[in-house]
Amino acid sequence: MGIKERMSGNEAVAYAMKQINPDVMPAFPITPSTELPQFVSSYIANGEMDTEFIPVESEHSAMSAAIGAEAAGARTMTATSSAGLALMWEMLYVAASNRLPIALALVNRALSGPLNINCEHSDSMGARDSGWIQIYAEDNQEAYDNFIQAYRIAEHKDVMLPIMICQDGFIISHGVSNIELLEDKDVKEFVGEYNPEHYLLNAAEPVAVGPYAVSCYGMESKRAQAQAMKNAGQVILDVAAEFEKISGRKYGFFEGYHLEDAEYAIVAIGSACGTTKDAVDLLRSNGKKVGLLKVRVFRPFPGKELAEALKSCKAVAIMDRCESFSANGGPLAAELSAALYQARGSARVIKIVYGLNGRDYTVADARQVFADLEEVAADKNSNTDEYRYIGLRE
Amino acid sequence: MEHLTEIRWHGRGGQGAKTAALLLADIAFGIGKYVQGFPEYGPERMGAPITAYDRISDYEIRVHSNIYEPDFVVVVDDTLLHSVDVTAGLNTKGGVLINTEKGRDEIMPLLKGYEGAVYTINARKVCMETLGKYFPNMPMLSALARISGIMEKDVFFMEMEASLKHKFEKKPEVFAGNMKALQMAFDAVELISGPADGKKVNMSDRRVA
Repeated sequence: MGIKERMSGNEAVAYAMKQINPDVMPAFPITPSTELPQFVSSYIANGEMDTEFIPVESEHSAMSAAIGAEAAGARTMTATSSAGLALMWEMLYVAASNRLPIALALVNRALSGPLNINCEHSDSMGARDSGWIQIYAEDNQEAYDNFIQAYRIAEHKDVMLPIMICQDGFIISHGVSNIELLEDKDVKEFVGEYNPEHYLLNAAEPVAVGPYAVSCYGMESKRAQAQAMKNAGQVILDVAAEFEKISGRKYGFFEGYHLEDAEYAIVAIGSACGTTKDAVDLLRSNGKKVGLLKVRVFRPFPGKELAEALKSCKAVAIMDRCESFSANGGPLAAELSAALYQARGSARVIKIVYGLNGRDYTVADARQVFADLEEVAADKNSNTDEYRYIGLRE
Repeated sequence: MEHLTEIRWHGRGGQGAKTAALLLADIAFGIGKYVQGFPEYGPERMGAPITAYDRISDYEIRVHSNIYEPDFVVVVDDTLLHSVDVTAGLNTKGGVLINTEKGRDEIMPLLKGYEGAVYTINARKVCMETLGKYFPNMPMLSALARISGIMEKDVFFMEMEASLKHKFEKKPEVFAGNMKALQMAFDAVELISGPADGKKVNMSDRRVA
């Protein structure tokens, strides 16, 4: 039976951490994820968790300690945001390539400059090629649910990769709203114990972690890592199906909202999707065939599935809360455009950047995007090469 | 009929506007509502203007933007009236509640011709008489409960009592002072302009507004 509560996104993820009670958490505080190690520390102080908390001197050290702990055979987690993730950079690759299933609670925040504490996906999007699984949440409920599913995915023997569970900074992390929690015993039973196949503290099987690879072996190592990321797709779906049994809540690579017969669709990630749903309802009540595709899993990238879901659309707006400075739109737009091309998709595509440095994204903005889509679809000669900004002050 | 009430708080960092907004979400949750309570941070420092928001609804809330057309606005510090357009987008069927010692003649010119209900309360007086310290957020929350009619008076006090009892478990004297402040504030609200029946106006169903 679910427990009805009200919590911020940070409270919700911290609660999931408490229920899972991993072995080790090295962490260094940074806004807006600071509350995560803070709540966990309180839980430990109150005797509600027995996780070994390691206060470190930087995020580079946090990820290094997480790598050490996980390699030793301990279930490990950490939390960070923005510049904190940037400082972990070098070690993110080390964690992934050594196949260490660490869970990282990421509270998305802009990278400098200008110096800004608010939501943007530039931190996690910058790490998209580091080999971490990435799952995003629309609200506090999804952030909680995703974190509970994290270790089942990461620690699966066909995967063994670190996982980043992302939520929108402040908008979700500091916004209090309704949530349904699972019972402790259901979470414990679902997540299970961690029994790594190979680990440093196993005296019966001495292993090396992170050694040098000469050219004649290194490439095979990378290929195996890529295969693990491929395998993660099916595991994510299997774990979601099992999670539905204990929670009643359905998850997949993405969520379609009024997408089946949609002529115009917005594709987005995170909290913007809730706002877009309200716009979809408004426009549907006026007879407009509009829909939303909410991307939940960005790594591995479910390009085929996303393209298939958009096949009946006349025009699609792909929205990034991130400027990748490619001069060609954001990362979601680039990757999904490629997937649509591969799938011989016929929808016209506009690439949109929104919500940078915490700029608010409103129902009116979503309606504007849908209006732009209609215009683009009606005019065969309209220019859709240029990527656009929405919500920009003029 | 299903309803959504949207509230915007204007305060200065350190005055507890965010705490009050979250507490309101908390007690509205307690009576079975769907809620959102969230702050909007600018530069984080004591005294900087901050905004906080509440959505209280009979149906699931999915929108995650700030509130631009609130039903009620709470101004925790009247010095903000000179620099912030507090009634921007404010529903004329709703109202604005201002913490001030000033009278109608000084306040009204700062409200840009807002035609809805304008309420004032001297939260400093309430605080000094009940808490001995200036924490204006609890009196403002009580005054808001009075003017908005979000919940019945006795329900509000019951929920607040439960919430504060928990919060000040180890400081019974602070609990008692806060309860006194809430009661005094509830009765100290004054309507200085506009229709008196703001709290009786049913907010329209904003789901398909």
